Amino acid sequence: MPSEKKTRRALLWLGFVLLILFLLSFSLGRYGVPPRQVVKILGTRFCELFAGRGALPRSWTKEMETVVINIRLPRIVMACLVGCALSAAGTAFQGVFHNPMASPDILGASSGAAFGAALAILLGASTRMITLSAFGFGLLTVGLVMLVAHRAPGARLINLILAGIILSSLFNAGTSYIKLVADPSNQLPQITYWLMGSLSGTRLPDVPLAFLPMGLGLVPLFLLRWQLNLLSLGENEAKALGVNTSRVRLVLLLSATLITAASVSFSGMIGWVGLVVPHLCRKLLGSDHRYLMPGSFLCGAAFLLLVDNVSRNLLAVEIPIGILTALIGAPFFLYLITRKEEKL
Amino acid sequence: MSLVIENLSFHYGGREVLHEISFAAEVGELLAILGPNGVGKTTLFKCVMGLERPCAGRILADGTDLSALSPRARAHRVALIPQVHPLSFRYSVFDMVLMGTSHQLSSFAVPGERERAAARAALERVNVAHLSERPFDRLSGGEQQLVFVARALAQQARILLMDEPTASLDYGNRLRVLGAARDLARDGYTVLLSTHDPQHALWFADRALALHQGRILALGAPREVVTADLLCRLYGRKIALVDTPQGPVVVPEEAG
Repeated sequence: MPSEKKTRRALLWLGFVLLILFLLSFSLGRYGVPPRQVVKILGTRFCELFAGRGALPRSWTKEMETVVINIRLPRIVMACLVGCALSAAGTAFQGVFHNPMASPDILGASSGAAFGAALAILLGASTRMITLSAFGFGLLTVGLVMLVAHRAPGARLINLILAGIILSSLFNAGTSYIKLVADPSNQLPQITYWLMGSLSGTRLPDVPLAFLPMGLGLVPLFLLRWQLNLLSLGENEAKALGVNTSRVRLVLLLSATLITAASVSFSGMIGWVGLVVPHLCRKLLGSDHRYLMPGSFLCGAAFLLLVDNVSRNLLAVEIPIGILTALIGAPFFLYLITRKEEKL
Repeated sequence: MSLVIENLSFHYGGREVLHEISFAAEVGELLAILGPNGVGKTTLFKCVMGLERPCAGRILADGTDLSALSPRARAHRVALIPQVHPLSFRYSVFDMVLMGTSHQLSSFAVPGERERAAARAALERVNVAHLSERPFDRLSGGEQQLVFVARALAQQARILLMDEPTASLDYGNRLRVLGAARDLARDGYTVLLSTHDPQHALWFADRALALHQGRILALGAPREVVTADLLCRLYGRKIALVDTPQGPVVVPEEAG
């Protein structure tokens, strides 16, 4: 078992890797900006925001600043946020259901959001409305799932999973029907592209908008990380140890749902992150959620940022990130589960 | 802390599992609970832990009605030592024991130095401190059971419920766990322990309680409760008790 000191060090390293990757990502792209200029541009912008004036004389071109601040910054921050949210939600769901196979779409947030987005596209709504509709339907679906599970007799956790499966397939059917009736010349490709997931549509004003639901969900997940350890032992044991299981579980599920719905509504369907990253983090940091949860934050952000960099730089035409996460995630997961080693 | 059960009844889907059970467990005693499968031993423990809501009756810990308490306040008084069972995730032995201290923390807090000290002391007390850094799931069943005992001690509750703690253990570990349970009773804990082996009650318990069809069949000193007649009624087998200098020994008819 890795000692706590080692785990803490690994966590620090993860943070360091994320920081380097974050800065490097600004230099990647068809319009090259040297890393040194990136740091200067960001530093100056930062100082202007907080101190009211720039720290350095301008040694960069106007184009460089536009590319860094208006094009790459929103996308890079969004990639970090979405990656962080999806893997944190995955970690939370896996802990709550004490099942390492749970992923953020287990309660139907993604299917609901996909339906909401497809519906908005069918009705010819604006980009902002598509995001809002996806977010709303994502939350609505999970709300319905919880209501059904609450009304059904028997074991609550099993009911939640079953209700999640049932409502997911209902909304998936709805999405399929919308695709069937959508205009094949423009709406259908838009829906299809949205479902693949992409961060290419991210604009600067989206970023503060995304921070709100993400923050609202991520903060409780971080604060309740020790309670998640107890919940993962099972309902009865957690209760016997003094946990108000129904309340803690509700807060965890709502928070995880909030960030999943927000992620999907801003970036479309990005699979695998919520399943693969928590497992990777367990390998690196162990199962103790005190370290696993912040580790998932950092690792998820780094993973999606890396994949997004590949998505926008590998080919001349951008590859939707949802395809890449599966392309990279699936073989990686295959490696993880076939490697003969200790259990997760 | 004494545990008093008053007229406790419990129905499960129309079937009466417990019928107006009343007894008291005193400070410093190990009370063994005997009875065949499905007689309501686990249900009784679940009612005390607040995992099931009794249909009627009261459960009092030093006069406080447990059903009125939050899980947190209950965990302050009563600790459950479950049977060894598989876990989905890997935790270190130390973290497992540390989880026992959670009810003393606010929901948003993580354990600090005070909780760590409590966990270390609990591990020392059951002589498993050397296992601290090991993964819990890699321990033997007996070691896992002792870690659960340590966790209950870290919880600092004075009433301990042990639900068939010896069920999946080998002979040596059974004796080890039961010995630890008796030592805890000597130190002033109130220990309720359910077991399938009447011999355990004779060897280790201060008093024994026999449950049959949801009612108390007998309650008293183990030698008075564990009789050939009672064992026959409880388990439906012919069982003899042979007196030895070390006390009575249970000998089933099948042993010849």
